[in-house]
Amino acid sequence: MAKAMARLGNWFTERAPGLMPMYRAHMTEYYAPKNFNLWYYFGSLAILVLVNQIVTGIFLTMNYKTSALEAFNSVEYIMRDVEWGWLIRYMHSTGASLFFVVVFLHMFRGIMYGSFKRPRELVWILGMLIFLVLMAEAFMGYVLPWGNMSFWGAKVIISLFGTIPYIGHALVEWIMGDFLPADATLNRFFALHVIALPLVLLLLVVLHIAALHEVGSNNPDGNDVKHGPKGNRWDANKPADGIPFHPYYTVKDLVGVGFFLMIAAFIIFFAPTFGGWFLEHDNFTPANNLVTPSHIKPSWYFTPFYAILRMIPSYFGTAIWGVLGMFGAILLLALLPWLDRGEVRSVRYRGLGFRIALGVLVVSFLALGMVGAGVTAELIPEWFPSADVTTWENAFGRLMVLGYFGFFIFLWVYTHFGFEKTKPVPERVTTHD
Amino acid sequence: MANEVVDHGRRRFLTATTAVVGGVGVVAAVVPFIKSWEPSARAKAAGAPVTVDISAIEAGQKVTFAWRSLPVFVVNRTKDQLAQLPGLEPRLLDPKSTDPDQQPKYAQNEVRSLKPEWLVVIGLCTHLGCVPDFVPDIKPEPFDANWKGGFYCPCHKSRYDLAGRVFSGVPAPKNLPVPPYHFVDDTHIQIGVDPQEAG
Repeated sequence: MAKAMARLGNWFTERAPGLMPMYRAHMTEYYAPKNFNLWYYFGSLAILVLVNQIVTGIFLTMNYKTSALEAFNSVEYIMRDVEWGWLIRYMHSTGASLFFVVVFLHMFRGIMYGSFKRPRELVWILGMLIFLVLMAEAFMGYVLPWGNMSFWGAKVIISLFGTIPYIGHALVEWIMGDFLPADATLNRFFALHVIALPLVLLLLVVLHIAALHEVGSNNPDGNDVKHGPKGNRWDANKPADGIPFHPYYTVKDLVGVGFFLMIAAFIIFFAPTFGGWFLEHDNFTPANNLVTPSHIKPSWYFTPFYAILRMIPSYFGTAIWGVLGMFGAILLLALLPWLDRGEVRSVRYRGLGFRIALGVLVVSFLALGMVGAGVTAELIPEWFPSADVTTWENAFGRLMVLGYFGFFIFLWVYTHFGFEKTKPVPERVTTHD
Repeated sequence: MANEVVDHGRRRFLTATTAVVGGVGVVAAVVPFIKSWEPSARAKAAGAPVTVDISAIEAGQKVTFAWRSLPVFVVNRTKDQLAQLPGLEPRLLDPKSTDPDQQPKYAQNEVRSLKPEWLVVIGLCTHLGCVPDFVPDIKPEPFDANWKGGFYCPCHKSRYDLAGRVFSGVPAPKNLPVPPYHFVDDTHIQIGVDPQEAG
């Protein structure tokens, strides 16, 4: 048996001599810093969710009907009549939300430990592109069940393009293929959701990982393991503070996978709608172009950006400023490697100003999420019965918009003019033996 | 021949021209795919403008027409009804029609229409899309003791005046939307086409 396996191995090596070296370069001989902590789970978890979305998605297409007349009923058919269809659908819908949970935490890790900085700018840019494609993918997937929130969400989001001067109106009709979201819209969104965007997403993920392995992973201390002292127990010429990705980090990641699957299973089995956050109540009624849901709000993962859109008022008779603000919020993230001029990567050795600013960014992002989801509009009358809701919501929301954009402006000023007082970065990772 | 020196200029020229011609071909090939996203002939036909005859609508009467499967109210307002509009302003949410989404520029006026007597609005409550009732008479109503004529939504009691402007303190957040329309002649309007587009 062992002999047969060895012969099979040789057979492949003769015909594809590059396979084993590639496996070694990316797995058993890819030396990652040995001090990865909890924050380093979210990259591999994102891959896990991506695989989940692809597998459950393929099975959903086997029963889903791409037609404005049949889509809603076919989703209910999957939920009620298809054997285990409910599980596959809930795995897909819960996976979509958890994808964003994981990606937001992954991005926060990158900002906190300065993983976006030189020489990893390309890794960061590819990651931001993944984030953009993921948002388009999620939006189009949300439209497919053709519930009432699908319809009105699509209408509102597509209408954003209508604010572009001159071409806006024609552009909206071009995107919808009709004068309001209709069968044509549903069909093209399906095509993009199940094949076009997943292909782009997979390519970007491969490039993201390839670019990372080229420069090597950052670590919680933000020092350069690759250019530090050499010599570990496997190889005298490899980083002293590096350990092979496989088996060390594959095993570590499996622990994270176990925890993650427990949380995911709990949601799927006990709270698949998550109180209207993962699957909104208004989407359990069929699309109706004559009846608007009482509160049109996007899925929770878009709410911070949606809040920025809503909080920026119209000037000069056009609402485009809010749209620009919303996309600008994402563009600024992508520009972080050039906005942040600081030499020190990790928050552990950065100045107090950075720590406070990072806290402000997190608070304003979460608060904007609350504003965008309509939570503040509900809480204000409850806590302050005499207050004018719109005035106070706008005041609070705009303050949070300032907090979000303020982070980027502050960070540039803080690092460009040398206000930051950093601590010395250790040469080795802090947990070395 | 084989031993001749490579002519780099000639090679660059050929590379550039090949790239340009190929690029033009790619752009041309992309056009059908881009155009395929435009509304199809069927969608255009279903969303086509409708021309309606308004000659039979008497003063104070409302007739509902269908456009893009939406109910469009056409009201022939009397002088008396029009005279009530300015006095209602303090009780309205958006008396000056400032929301640009709710009417075209040419209907952003006191009476929200092209000709004062003719009101053209989409008859769907801006709250949850019910079709409001037409209550034209200037007399006290159970829902409003000081009623000056307008639209009353039976679903959640939203009220609009005879210019489709929403009252304050009702669930509906916006004025009734005015669709694009223009007068073909004195007795016909076309719904779905702006006056400028019609020329």
